[in-house]
Amino acid sequence: MAYFDAASAEPLHPHAREALLAALADGWADPARLYREGRQARLLLDQARESVAAELGCRPDELSFTGSGTQAVHMAVLGAVQARQSASRGPGHLVASAVEHSSVLNAADWLSRQHGTAVTITGVDTLGRVSLDEFAAALTPGADAARTLLACLQAANHEVGTVQPVDQAAQQCAERGVPLLVDAGASAGRLPVPAGWSLLAASARKWGGPAGVGVLAVRKGVRWREPLPADDRENHRVPGFPNVPAVLAAAAALTAMGRERVASGGALRALTDRIRATVPELVPDAVVHGDPDLRLPHIVTFSCLYVDGEALVTELDKAGFSVSSGSACASATWQPSHVLAAMGVLTHGNVRVSLPRGATAESVAEFLAVLPSIVGTVRETMRAASGS
Amino acid sequence: MTSPHSAVGAPATRPALILDALGKKCPIPIIMLADRIRDVRVGQTIAVLADDPAAKTDLPAWCALKSQEFIRADDLAAEPDPFGGPPRTGWSFLVRRSY
Repeated sequence: MAYFDAASAEPLHPHAREALLAALADGWADPARLYREGRQARLLLDQARESVAAELGCRPDELSFTGSGTQAVHMAVLGAVQARQSASRGPGHLVASAVEHSSVLNAADWLSRQHGTAVTITGVDTLGRVSLDEFAAALTPGADAARTLLACLQAANHEVGTVQPVDQAAQQCAERGVPLLVDAGASAGRLPVPAGWSLLAASARKWGGPAGVGVLAVRKGVRWREPLPADDRENHRVPGFPNVPAVLAAAAALTAMGRERVASGGALRALTDRIRATVPELVPDAVVHGDPDLRLPHIVTFSCLYVDGEALVTELDKAGFSVSSGSACASATWQPSHVLAAMGVLTHGNVRVSLPRGATAESVAEFLAVLPSIVGTVRETMRAASGS
Repeated sequence: MTSPHSAVGAPATRPALILDALGKKCPIPIIMLADRIRDVRVGQTIAVLADDPAAKTDLPAWCALKSQEFIRADDLAAEPDPFGGPPRTGWSFLVRRSY
C-alpha cells in the first residue's frame, strides 16, 4: 500500500504539522495591526518570509506569498508582461517552453486572447529538454515583430522530471534584455534553485507544506506591476492577507526538506532508478520517459502500449497504489498530457509515479510485483473491447 | 478529388487497407493498427482514421516503437464530406508496413 503521487501533493511534513498547530494559536490575527496579537502574527509571517527567501535564494522583500503555485505563476506572467506593455508600445511577445506547467501556458493564452500578446512556444527533444537554439531564436523575433517582454522556462518538469538548462537560458535572456520566469514548482526543496531568474514561482504543497500557499519572487530591479486591483498586502503584490499559520507550516517544511535534500534525494533517486530499469524488463511494450540522469529524484513516468491510463490508475488504486496519469482518459479535459505530446512520446497507458519522502524499497518492490499482471489484465480487457 | 477516401492520398500511395477508428478512444485505434498491420504486405500502406486527440501523438509514437514507417497525418477537416455533411474532425494516419 503506498501513496506514490508526491508530485501532486507531498504529504505534510511532520515539522510543517507542528508549525501549523502552533501557529493556529499564535498567528491568527491580522499581521498589519499594531496591537500585541497583530504584532505576533506579523513576527511569525516575517520569520517565515526570511526562511523561505533564504531557501530559495532571494531577499525577503523580493518574496510574496500567494494562495497557490498556480496563482504565483499567473501573477508573475501577467505582472511582468503588463508592466512592460506600455513601454514597448504594444501587447508584446512572450516565449514559453512547450512543457511548462499548464498555469504558465494558460496565462500566456489569456494574454494572447485579452491583450493580443504574441506567444511563441518552443519545442523540446524526446527527453523533454528544451532546445536552447530554438529558445534563443524565439527570444529575438524578426525586426517587425513585437518585442519579447517575458520568457518562461521551468526548473524541472513536473511530469517526466527532466531538468531544464535554465543557466544557459538565463544567459540568453540576460544578453537580450528579456526577463525570465522560472517555475520552480516541481523542484523547490528537491534541487537547488537555478540562478539567473528574474521571477520565480513555487508551490508549498509540492514541498510538503500545506495547500493554499504559493510563492512569487520578483528580483529587485525587475519591472512588475500588480495585475489585480491594488491592495497594500504582501508588498503590494498579492491582495488579501496571507494564511499565516499555513505560511509558517510551508516555511518549516521547506527548511526541513532543504536539510534532508541530499540524503532524501539520494534515496528516492535509487528507488526511481530501480523503477526505470525494471518496468521495461517486467512489462512488455512499456517505455519509460524523460532524462535518466538529469532529472528530479522522485519522479518516474512510463507508458504502456494497448492499455488506457485511467484503467491502470484505477486498478493500481485497488491494489493500494496511488499514482497519476498523463493519459487523455485520465484527465478532466480528455486531452493527453501536453508534456508527453510535445515530447512526441506515447501518451496512452501512462503512469506517473512520484515518491514521497520516506518511500520504502519494500513498497516499490511490491509495486513492481503487481504492475505486470495489472497491465496484462487491462490489456486483455482492452483487446476484448476493441472487438479484435 | 470526390472519392470518399481522397483524404488518404493520390493513387500512388492509396492504402491497401483503411481502418476506421473514428469515435474510438485511445488506445483502441492503436490496437486496431497493431492487430491488422500484418494483413498488408511489407511495403504496403494502411490508413487509420481516428479522431481521439491522443491519436495525433500516439500513432507516430507507436510507429517509432515498432519500427514501422509513419508517413503523414492528413486532417479530415481539409476534405469536404462527399455527402454534404458537416466538416469531419480527426485525421487519416498513413503508415507503411516496414517488416
